[in-house]
Amino acid sequence: MMKSNSYNDVMARKNEIMKSAVGIDYNMFESGSIAFDYEKMMIEAGYSLGEIIKIQIDQSVGNTPIIELKNFTKLSRRLAPEGKGARIFIKDEATNPSGSFKARRAAVSAYHAKKLGYKGVIAATSGNYGAAVASQAAMLGLKCIIVQECYDSNGKGQPEIIEKARKCEAFGAEVVQLTVGPELFYEFLKLLESTGYFNASLYTPFGIAGVETLGYEISQQFKAKEGRNPDVVVCTNAGGGNLTGTARGLIKADATETQVVGASVNLKGLHMASDSQFNRKSFTTGHTGFGIPFSTYPDRSDVPRSAGRPLRYMDRYVTVNQGEVFYITEALAQIEGLERGPAGNTSLTAAFSLAQEMDQDKIILVQETEYTGAGKHLQPQLGFAKSMGVEIIVGDPKDEKCGENIVLPEHPRLIKAIDLDMDKLRRSYIKNAVKDALNITDVDIKFLAEDARTDKAFVKESIELLNRRI
Amino acid sequence: MNAKKGDWVRIYKIVLESYERGANLPEDTKNVPLEMWDKGFLLDEKAAIGNEVSVETIIGRKITGELIEINPSYKISYGDCVTETLYIGKQLRDMLGGEYDEK
Repeated sequence: MMKSNSYNDVMARKNEIMKSAVGIDYNMFESGSIAFDYEKMMIEAGYSLGEIIKIQIDQSVGNTPIIELKNFTKLSRRLAPEGKGARIFIKDEATNPSGSFKARRAAVSAYHAKKLGYKGVIAATSGNYGAAVASQAAMLGLKCIIVQECYDSNGKGQPEIIEKARKCEAFGAEVVQLTVGPELFYEFLKLLESTGYFNASLYTPFGIAGVETLGYEISQQFKAKEGRNPDVVVCTNAGGGNLTGTARGLIKADATETQVVGASVNLKGLHMASDSQFNRKSFTTGHTGFGIPFSTYPDRSDVPRSAGRPLRYMDRYVTVNQGEVFYITEALAQIEGLERGPAGNTSLTAAFSLAQEMDQDKIILVQETEYTGAGKHLQPQLGFAKSMGVEIIVGDPKDEKCGENIVLPEHPRLIKAIDLDMDKLRRSYIKNAVKDALNITDVDIKFLAEDARTDKAFVKESIELLNRRI
Repeated sequence: MNAKKGDWVRIYKIVLESYERGANLPEDTKNVPLEMWDKGFLLDEKAAIGNEVSVETIIGRKITGELIEINPSYKISYGDCVTETLYIGKQLRDMLGGEYDEK
């Protein structure tokens, strides 16, 4: 009998579709309540660091260069208090086969899909991950479908997303483009069910473990180059996998003193599922619209348990404005001779500000760059914003109102990374985690403390504030 | 313009009408259908723009939809000149000094 493809019927089959499309029985790691065994999941369902290094070398991924941005450092020292201004470095992940660090995640997912005998891979993404999966699928002879949220109801698409569709097709993938809305997941499930392909989710243990090599390489390269680990590593944060994987890799390299900072573009006030607001933003990823919900509720992803758990590893979380990132993108080209994509420069923008708080003998590293090209570049992105009625102003970034204007800083001293309140994020995470739980056990308290990087007393206090009993 | 069998075309389809959409959507999104675009080789002998057609996608899936474009192209570029950014390079080079020497 033909299965019904109505919205409700497909969504009701979600768990069985996912189980056969990911090949992981997540029940193995569940405790029965809030807690689950994260490390067991990462070990049993994933690969060891040594195995991943081998897979990535075989698939031409990783070992990207680290570049010292001497003119950025010089500039930040002109703006910093006396004696301040850490040396700024970037890891040039744009040199990966598909032009971003996402190749690391895709390499492992595609390898795993092929090993398990899947004929193809599917990923739901409007970002660089699509191109990464398509590129790795091309290398391994797998078929590939990428599902994108791309257009508003007037058929207008973000130039950056259209460029990514082009790149996916260049690698032989089929690209399914949709208008705005979370029911993309419904289309995604139907595709998984009808093709029997592997769900190359960003949030599986292999997807995250693929990024561990990034953190590991940072430590290895810095030890060889500078004789020590960087003091601060800044990671652009959206779904949480970039930060999680990098931090885990640093820990595996014993770089436990290195501070890990998350950075997102501030898109405050814009609703991510709104048709009319979709094209009023100029960043399609690396922004707070993903970064905050995925930090405070990681299991909202397309797998039952996300392996990306940024709060576990984050020392600080800062935001920067759209205009500031565009300014820094232009600066990178103009004074360092490196033309890279805007979204990848989110963490560089934060680092430029954070370096000014640090002593001159310290080192701050930005752990990614991304490719740039027609559509995915500050000119077409700003031009598109203007065509949507967003004003481009030169002034103080503090005056930026998301969806109404983009404020290019009139002077680089106005570029300021703004700290988010970590305890507020932790409380919000705890609130989401306990929401549907019938009872909260001691095991849960311990898990929540680890997952939110805090202590049990803080978890208990937060739960009491919610009027819940333990 | 007409397409013939084997032509590379773009198709369009409504996946969910507005009344079929999921819960908890903002009003503006709820009021419009969920739409889809895809590309493939035309399976029908011939078809005109606006016709309901079948195509085989690049990876071999057979799907249907409304024919909207033949030999679809990417309409992306470096966009119109955005003059607002022109001050940035000049400002930074001035700040760093001639040939970027320490002063």
